[in-house]
Amino acid sequence: MEKRELVCVACPLGCPITVTLDDNNNVTDVTGNTCKRGDAYARTECTSPTRMLTTTVKVEGGKKACVVPVKSSVPVPKGMMMECMEAINKSSIKAPVKIGDVVIKNILDTGADIIATNNAE
Amino acid sequence: MTYDVAIVGAGVVGGLIARELSRFKISVALLEKCNDVAMGTTKANSAIVHGGFDAQNGTLKAELNVKGTAMMPELCKKLSVPFKNNGSLVVAFSDDEMEHVKALYERGVKNGVPGLSVIDRDELRRIEPNISDKAVGALLCESAGIVCPYELTIAAVENAVTNGVEFIRNCCVKGINRVADEYVLDTSAGEICAKFIINAAGNFSDELAKMAGDDSIKIIPRKGEYYLLDKSVGNLAVHTIFQCPNEMGKGILVTPTVDGNLLIGPTAINIDKKDDTETTPEGLAEIVEKALKSVPSVSVRNAITSFAGVRSHPETDDFIIGWSEKNDRFLNVAGIESPGLSSAPAIAIRVREILGEKLELSEKESYTDTREEPVRFRHMNDEQRAELIKKNSAYGRIVCRCETITEGEIIDAIKAPAGARDVDGVKRRTRAGMGRCQGGFCGSKVVEILARELGVPMNEITKFGGESKIIYERTK
Amino acid sequence: MLDFDLAVVGGGPAGMAAALEARENGVEKIVVLERAETLGGILEQCIHTGFGLHYFGEELSGPEYAGRFMKLLEDTDITVKTDTMVLDIASDNTVTAVNKKDGLIKINAKAVVLAMGCRERPRGALSIAGSRCSGIMTAGTAQKYVNIDGYMPGHEVVILGSGDIGLIMARRMTLEGAKVKMVCELMPYSGGLTRNIVQCLDDFGIPLKLSCTVVATHGKDRLEGVTIAKVDEKLRPIPGTEEYVPCDTLMLSVGLIPENELSKNSGLELDRITNGPKVDEYRETEHKGVFACGNVLQVHDLVDYVTEESQIAGLGAAKYIKGEKISSECVSTQGVDGVRYIVPQRINCKTDSDVKLYFRVGAVFNNAKIIVECGGKEILSKKKKKLCPGEMEYVTLKQSVINELAANSVVTVRVEA
Repeated sequence: MEKRELVCVACPLGCPITVTLDDNNNVTDVTGNTCKRGDAYARTECTSPTRMLTTTVKVEGGKKACVVPVKSSVPVPKGMMMECMEAINKSSIKAPVKIGDVVIKNILDTGADIIATNNAE
Repeated sequence: MTYDVAIVGAGVVGGLIARELSRFKISVALLEKCNDVAMGTTKANSAIVHGGFDAQNGTLKAELNVKGTAMMPELCKKLSVPFKNNGSLVVAFSDDEMEHVKALYERGVKNGVPGLSVIDRDELRRIEPNISDKAVGALLCESAGIVCPYELTIAAVENAVTNGVEFIRNCCVKGINRVADEYVLDTSAGEICAKFIINAAGNFSDELAKMAGDDSIKIIPRKGEYYLLDKSVGNLAVHTIFQCPNEMGKGILVTPTVDGNLLIGPTAINIDKKDDTETTPEGLAEIVEKALKSVPSVSVRNAITSFAGVRSHPETDDFIIGWSEKNDRFLNVAGIESPGLSSAPAIAIRVREILGEKLELSEKESYTDTREEPVRFRHMNDEQRAELIKKNSAYGRIVCRCETITEGEIIDAIKAPAGARDVDGVKRRTRAGMGRCQGGFCGSKVVEILARELGVPMNEITKFGGESKIIYERTK
Repeated sequence: MLDFDLAVVGGGPAGMAAALEARENGVEKIVVLERAETLGGILEQCIHTGFGLHYFGEELSGPEYAGRFMKLLEDTDITVKTDTMVLDIASDNTVTAVNKKDGLIKINAKAVVLAMGCRERPRGALSIAGSRCSGIMTAGTAQKYVNIDGYMPGHEVVILGSGDIGLIMARRMTLEGAKVKMVCELMPYSGGLTRNIVQCLDDFGIPLKLSCTVVATHGKDRLEGVTIAKVDEKLRPIPGTEEYVPCDTLMLSVGLIPENELSKNSGLELDRITNGPKVDEYRETEHKGVFACGNVLQVHDLVDYVTEESQIAGLGAAKYIKGEKISSECVSTQGVDGVRYIVPQRINCKTDSDVKLYFRVGAVFNNAKIIVECGGKEILSKKKKKLCPGEMEYVTLKQSVINELAANSVVTVRVEA
């Protein structure tokens, strides 16, 4: 059995949460949270933490922009952020780019698409 | 080719000498080790045109200060450089200091300084409303003024280049060889040959002289730290306010600048490294403490920036101007500490006279002694602005928001003779980045414009040359 | 002279929301003047997500958030002038601006909305000793280089100030391969959101050094290192705690200052704490017909609140233009006992709506109570589990309560720990 202390980031309140895990790393108890989102956050954070990934990707043939911002469509596993960065840094997108254009589909099998979050002519 | 004259050092002294020599039918090269003019002592000093009462009677400092100050208004007009004859005060805080003030008055009169008077507490309060209650009187010098030293230098070199002087930047002299009647200068920009060398190398003038076999000069670098305060408090001082001088210099002053800011400083500490322009917590604290003595309402909450300069204090305590005794075509202009800026116009004339002893100087027909006034959008009225943008739309784009500087002015600064090559160079010529945000918004825009105009990638643009890179490789 | 009903100065989230809201409420001729090349303001470089949770109920990046408003603007006939700098706002609300295309233009507007945003506090204001080398920049400048221009501003980074921009840049630089050595924070607490401390620092093992500051910068051409030191309760560096940290970049995230040069030049008096104009509940300044909203008024923590506030200003401007805006005797507001300021600074007693009082606290409070009083009488109280200086708070006063208040009385807001 293990107890982990977290600060909830689901909202600005920052509730201190204590998560109890059994020997198989299963959550057995969550305390300290003041809402459902806190409970969900604590469970995910202790078992399979994920993060939104935002960065830029190279634009080919842009009028002015050399890079365009991108984000992961859904959070990616926290431990895979750097690997995802490498994959994004190797890729590029041809101008013109529109918000929502998919740069990389299902990046590294995470289930997340990398999509443009701004336009580039 | 062999130049008739190589001037080493493009500070205010070298710059004004170059301009003076550009009147004549000789070839002149102005060598500067940095990426721009005015990068040494000229860049960071009190920006004061002194009356000339400080230096001992009979010294070169006294003579050239009084002459130089008299020349300054006319010179600035010709070069379109702002000069303000705001007058100076040496404030006494005790009866003892009042005696000192009177002694300064006597000395000033002997030196030939015009416009001197000793004023009492009431008169002082009347003409300088924010002065400390503890001040008991002052020496008023009506002939003193303020000027921007780097603007003066930039204008002088621009004028010199227009008249045919060659400005060579990033040209650090590493060795000097005399071959018959010629010098071969080994520099970071290659070999340069000249018949005469003028040593205007500022803090490094002793080292340059040594390269020519002359070890008679000893420069003691003396650091001075300053605070520059926001324009909102620029009116806290009307005059340049000195305290009574001591053996290290004229003490901490409080002065308006020609651009309307307030400048306080400098400290005075002898240092080992000539390029040590780091400000220190102690130095900055000292400035505040002493400035408060003169003007109690000064607050560094209004500070925009702090900086330090290194003055070249000569061991002999007087300017060193003349032919080297070791090398008969090598002319030293060294130890130009305060009142160097004030004296610079007169120094240029003196150097030309001395050079004339050995080199024939006949005047050109084509010489122009004025510099065209740069566009100053912020000083224009609506009609002038509308007209200007109609002629060139680049003046319709404001790059620096705090100081209202247009893209057109920045392009002008880059394209000018001996123009800007780095961000600080643009800043000194246009004031872009000089305001409250200190380039937070416009810094990257200036980098972009420099890169475009110079035809290089953005990451080759520096803050002030050398390794002062602003950004590195592409992220992608 | 161009004639408009409403001139909006600034096309960031504040300006766009104000213009759209004014249009919704029947204002016809509206012009938005933006000094950058595109609308969106600082959001364009804030490529991280976290925007819009309150307003759109989803987590957007800065450009996406801005993009939604740009699209709405495009679908109207609101005039947008980008690359256009406003130089002056005269006392009769004539706006003078310049751009490359139109040259110098004068705009005669019935009402003006100030939405110029804010700027970052630069190094000079901090009096850090040391050299004037390159490599010292605000976090926002660095953010522009990385996210818009696509260049690395440095490789070994120390960040001073744990405001959200500083934290966000710590992660951003790390993702791009830089080594972020530490984030130093002068105060004993961080000014940033907990989420950002967890996800921008903890995730990458970047130390957050509280009660610590940079006392000197070193380097001849490019920055080579900084000296950091611990500070005492009075925020003064403690001698003997100095430590040299090699780095090529110092990023400053030490506060934002509302960009009020135009406001000041037009004679508006600024609130000493917010550094923004003083406004009523519709964000009308002390000049008739001049409104202010967004970061030019008070530095917000969330863009969602900027939007909300700007809609109030846009509605206020619409009411003013239509001659429907209430202008009665006012009560003034005041933050006391831990509450640093209140926006709005005054409320019309005869106001026609509920009014949110926005404020920030001066220290961290746990399990505290916010108490609103007027004339010695409690008119509202609200329990809060946590109050931090980094987060904007608000309480809502009911219209009926305000309408009962005596003219010229003072409404105070305080924290009871």
